Parts: sequence; C-alpha cells; structure tokens
Amino acid sequence: MAQHVAQPTATTPVVTGKLPLKDIAPWAVFFGILMLVLLYFVGAEQGATSVVSGEDVHEWVHDARHLLGFPCH
Amino acid sequence: MLAGLGAGVLALVVAYFLGEPSVDSAIGFEEAHAHAHEHEVELVSRSLQSTAGLATGVLIYGVAFGGIAALAFCFALGRVGRFSPRATALLLSGTALLAVYVVPFLKYPANPPSVGDADTIGRRTTLYFLMMVLGVLLAVAAVIAGKRLAPRLGTWYATVVAVLGFIAVIGLAYAFLPVVNEVPADFPATLLWRFRLSALAIQATLWAGFGLVFGELAERLLHPKPARVSAGSAVAAP
Repeated sequence: MAQHVAQPTATTPVVTGKLPLKDIAPWAVFFGILMLVLLYFVGAEQGATSVVSGEDVHEWVHDARHLLGFPCH
Repeated sequence: MLAGLGAGVLALVVAYFLGEPSVDSAIGFEEAHAHAHEHEVELVSRSLQSTAGLATGVLIYGVAFGGIAALAFCFALGRVGRFSPRATALLLSGTALLAVYVVPFLKYPANPPSVGDADTIGRRTTLYFLMMVLGVLLAVAAVIAGKRLAPRLGTWYATVVAVLGFIAVIGLAYAFLPVVNEVPADFPATLLWRFRLSALAIQATLWAGFGLVFGELAERLLHPKPARVSAGSAVAAP
C-alpha cells in the first residue's frame, strides 16, 4: 500500500517514491522521440505525409490504422 | 523503462486477441463495399494485412504508448498523489486512455475502410493529432491545476474542479474545431457502430492491460526495496 511512500524516513537519502527528474530526463528524451517516430509510422506515414515512397508501409499497417482510430484514406 | 516496453507488448497481445473479431467484421465490409476508390493493385494481400500487418501496427502502437506511459509513470509516481506504484499505473493508464484516445475519438471517431475521402486525409490527420495533443496537454494541465487547488479546496473538490475544467475546455475545442463527416449515405449504420465500438474496446483493453501489467511490474520492482531508481535500466523486458 502507500505506507512506504508516506513514511518520513528520517536520515536516509532514499527518495520517498519520487524518482528524481534528472534520472528520468535522458530516458525521457531518447525514448520519447523514439516512440513518437514509431507512432508516426503506424499512424500517419504514407497517408498524410510520406518519408518512404510507395504504399507499402501504409498497406502493411492498414488494418491497425483503421482500428486504432487513425484517419486513413 | 524497458519494463514499460515489455508490458506494452503484453498488453497489446491481449488487445490483439480481443480485436480479432472486429477486425474480421471490418474486412467484411471493406469487401462488401468494393466500390471504394483505391488501389487497384494489392500491394499487401488482405490475409496478410489482417494478421501480420495488424499485429505489427498494434504492437508498435502498444510499445510506443507503453514507452511513453512508462516515462510518464516515472514522473507521476509520488508526484500526483500518495498512490502505490500499482494504483499510479492504473490511474495513469486510465487517464491516458481518456486523453489520448477518448477525447479525439468523440470528435473524430475511428472510421472503417471505405469511409473517408482520400483528398482530405492531410486535414483529417492534422485535426486528429491536434486533438490528441490537446487531450494530453489538457489532462496534464488539469492534474497540475488540481494539485495547485488541493491545499485551498481540499483534495476532493480540487479534483472535481480540475475535471470540470478539463471537460469545459475540451467542450470548447469540440465546438470550435471543424466537423468531419465523410460517411457515405448508404453506409450501414450498425456496421459503423460496431466498428467504432470495437475500436474503443481495443483501446480500453490495451490501456487496462498496460495499467495492470505495468503496475504489477513496477510494484514488484519498487516495493521490496523502495525507490531503487537505477534498477529501471537493469530490468529485462519479460
């Protein structure tokens, strides 16, 4: 439950549940960007805009795109 | 967190199996309505599209949002309120479902194949992503506002006010953003309804699955030794 988060652990520098921002930041930047690129490929590539030419990417993820609610042709 | 990616994959496998029947129905009407404008040459066969292609898309989607949600979780844990890792994860994924999917869905719902004009895809995509971004930003804003108000109004009323504010601003956005309705006049209403319902069900499964799986993993990771932060990098994806 929540006790260990709430406990004012006297002297130890152990963080009470919060993860320090500077530990998160590099992960956030790297994975954040990576994830957005992935989403872009599933959601929009070769629909509205196109980086890779042709229709292969679009056709391949076609069903997922419809079912996940992305606009599609 | 890698665990987040793993959890995303698991959640997505669940979503995939639940989504299967609705996928079939979607395929059914695409064939029934072959009058649709497109691609004379099939680059990817239907059977491949409906299995491997679907899996790729859904899994990538799950991994991507799983990763983002995991990052959001790292930030939210201990900052949003006094919740255990499990509860935080579930709360977070519930909010994410709302902000990332339900908010855009209510204005620009998922459309089955053969609905939608190819010429307006650019505009529709822009509007959809705009709505997504808006949903996320407003949800974050609502949480921050709620936290700010909590000392003055108490947690309960602060939450109520923040949620009402969120709904009000989303309502404004709905009112001012352009309407998109490209459903052909002869398109069966029940089919459209079923498709949209199953699209919603897939998302709900995905996020619920993610919330539970990720919460479980996070709880196990954080509970025995609270706040061993560096462990995040050492977790192998299950």
